[in-house]
Amino acid sequence: MSAEAPAEALPGGGLGGLIGGPQGGPARVVDWLRRNLFSSVTNTLLTLLVLLLLYLVVPPFFGWAITNATVSGDTKDACTGDGACWTFIKLRLHTFFWGHYPDDELWRLFTALALLIAFAFPVMRERTRHRGLFVVLLTVFPLLAGVLLVGGIAGLPFVDTNLWGGLMLDIIISFVTVAGALPLGILLALGRRSQLPVIRIFSIGFIELWRGVPLLTVLFMSAVMVPLFLPYGVSIDRLIRAMVAFTLFNAAYMAETVRGGLQGVPVEQEEAAYSVGLKWWQVQVFVTLPQALRIVVPGIVNNIVDLFKDTSLVTIIGLADLLGAVNQSLKDPAWLGLAKEGYVFTAVLFFVCCFSMSSYGRRFERRLNRHRAGGT
Amino acid sequence: MVRRPSPRAYVAQWVFLAGLVAVSGLLIMNLGANLARRNMQFGFGFLAEKAGFDIPFKLIDWTLFDIYAKALLVSLLNTLLVSAMSIATATLLGLLVGIMRLSINWLVRNLALGFVEFVRNTPQLVQIIFWYLAVLQTLPPPRQSLVLPGGFLLNIRGLYVPNLVIAAGDSALPWIAGLLVVATPFAWRLKIGERRLGAFALALPVIALLLSNLAIEQVQVPALKGFNIAGGVQVPPELVALWAGLSIYATAFIAEIVRSSIEAVPKGQREAALSLGLRPVRVLFLVVLPQALRIMVPQMTSQYLNLIKSSTLGAAIAYPEIFQIFAGTVMNHTGKEVEIIIVVMAVFLVINLLFSAFMNWYNRHVALVER
Repeated sequence: MSAEAPAEALPGGGLGGLIGGPQGGPARVVDWLRRNLFSSVTNTLLTLLVLLLLYLVVPPFFGWAITNATVSGDTKDACTGDGACWTFIKLRLHTFFWGHYPDDELWRLFTALALLIAFAFPVMRERTRHRGLFVVLLTVFPLLAGVLLVGGIAGLPFVDTNLWGGLMLDIIISFVTVAGALPLGILLALGRRSQLPVIRIFSIGFIELWRGVPLLTVLFMSAVMVPLFLPYGVSIDRLIRAMVAFTLFNAAYMAETVRGGLQGVPVEQEEAAYSVGLKWWQVQVFVTLPQALRIVVPGIVNNIVDLFKDTSLVTIIGLADLLGAVNQSLKDPAWLGLAKEGYVFTAVLFFVCCFSMSSYGRRFERRLNRHRAGGT
Repeated sequence: MVRRPSPRAYVAQWVFLAGLVAVSGLLIMNLGANLARRNMQFGFGFLAEKAGFDIPFKLIDWTLFDIYAKALLVSLLNTLLVSAMSIATATLLGLLVGIMRLSINWLVRNLALGFVEFVRNTPQLVQIIFWYLAVLQTLPPPRQSLVLPGGFLLNIRGLYVPNLVIAAGDSALPWIAGLLVVATPFAWRLKIGERRLGAFALALPVIALLLSNLAIEQVQVPALKGFNIAGGVQVPPELVALWAGLSIYATAFIAEIVRSSIEAVPKGQREAALSLGLRPVRVLFLVVLPQALRIMVPQMTSQYLNLIKSSTLGAAIAYPEIFQIFAGTVMNHTGKEVEIIIVVMAVFLVINLLFSAFMNWYNRHVALVER
């Protein structure tokens, strides 16, 4: 294997180059192939090896997933071919997306989703007017969504969280966790750099404790241990307990990401701010944090992707998120033996969500580097 | 540098501490009251009681009459076993995929990229359950075992590995051989007079190989006998699935670390080596990788720690690791929720501390000396 830097991409590179590119011709294709696939004997062998591997894996997979697959029908008997039985997924789609949320109330779910997109999109876009306004809207969104989804006031019927499930549950847990863990993480990161010994030691202890233990133990703590610490007769919803566990756990990871950003802000910035007479909190809020947070957005996005994937762990404490809903459906005696379909579907759905988030993070990082190279 | 905090801030932190103590006290009082209502007492005495349950997979002897403390040891060994297996596999595969990511071959490069992106963006738990339920549990029964190269058999009961039978009198030899292999890198750096031992140290693993060859009386290859497999060592499907899930997930992350570390080696190093006339493969193995490996130690440490913590996901497929045995079986038997969570968390904190301490020590020894 050769470790040389990737060959310079042609203009229109990647696959575009392979099929000729925007202004390509046969000569360009041959040139591209020679440079990227057949530049030496070893290289040619590697190419052939990979092609063989792809030939062994890709056609059978496509045969299973598409050509020989069944989508029609309402029972398992419809799946007669040797391909995948997507009928099962099709019939359970509503459970996989929103659990047992009542059909009549689904509009509330969609409204919340629409609001989320409407608030989040302007914040994520590169050029936006009134970004601050949308950030504020995004901050109050969990409250709004909570009222909308739980109901029980303003004429909205109450929907028990036991009925929540599917991908919707993963998204809700993630959102609440980010909303809680990010501010807490920022406080902890500041606390870790504080000159006050009690605050510093507490922050270090808090961060290292959660980072040292598996998430599963923290979730179990919320599920079986927390009820014992509450006064007799007081009980907190299982989902809320899990969300608190996620928040505390991820706050520790976010704190470390934010700390990296704080260290990246030149000391002179802080010194200058103090010298014009600002107080500690003014320096942090108006000078240090705005610079630090911008640097750490890609890191935070990584944290969010990680925690979104981790939400699948609530399955183990008995909540029916996407993975849990799939697990339960696979136990249905009428649909046994469809584990491949179920978990391939779960993996692909998670992949679509996570990959779009990490792509955004990477795009932001590139934008950041461009600004840095251009500015200052 | 930065100004000292105001006196008010100093007072405030003590108020914070007092509040913290008050809340903790309240919670502990609640716990006491709740336990009293259940006629239970807080304490770790249960660890000395007889366990009375079976552990399906264990590395050391375990009987129904052993105590909970020993169950802790048995399950801890299971956790360490799967972690060690996965760390070794993930490191090797991660190195391979990381190098592939930088290949000049478009296909190789993008195959590695696709693998990394897909694995990194799907939950680890889904992958582990996929390997267990969708792959290993759908394998054929023993009679139609899949025959893998090297005498390995794979079927619904797990992976069957050839067993090396050690002659009765020579049981010390494999240990000596193992020690020799471990000693090799140290011998490499050993100085005798003015010269380093260097490549002569490679004699040690060769001797080790000879010694172990002497000790092995016969190789038991697993084979079908009646309805079951005889001979060889059975690796249960839970372990295989967890191993696959942990190592493949970590491979993707390690590949990215390897890639970024190789890219972090100054370009001049590679160019200088190439201009001396070294072939690209030798440049990689003699110049670039040795430096990249040093750069990646801190990041690898945190990946390894993540992997060890993730081994608790084995609970989802009933692999008897520490979380499954304690937060599952033992908790059901004793009802000691608080104590058990504390024990499991403490075990992981200790593993974390020891492992980080070791890796920091290692890092100090191998880190590139910055000028």
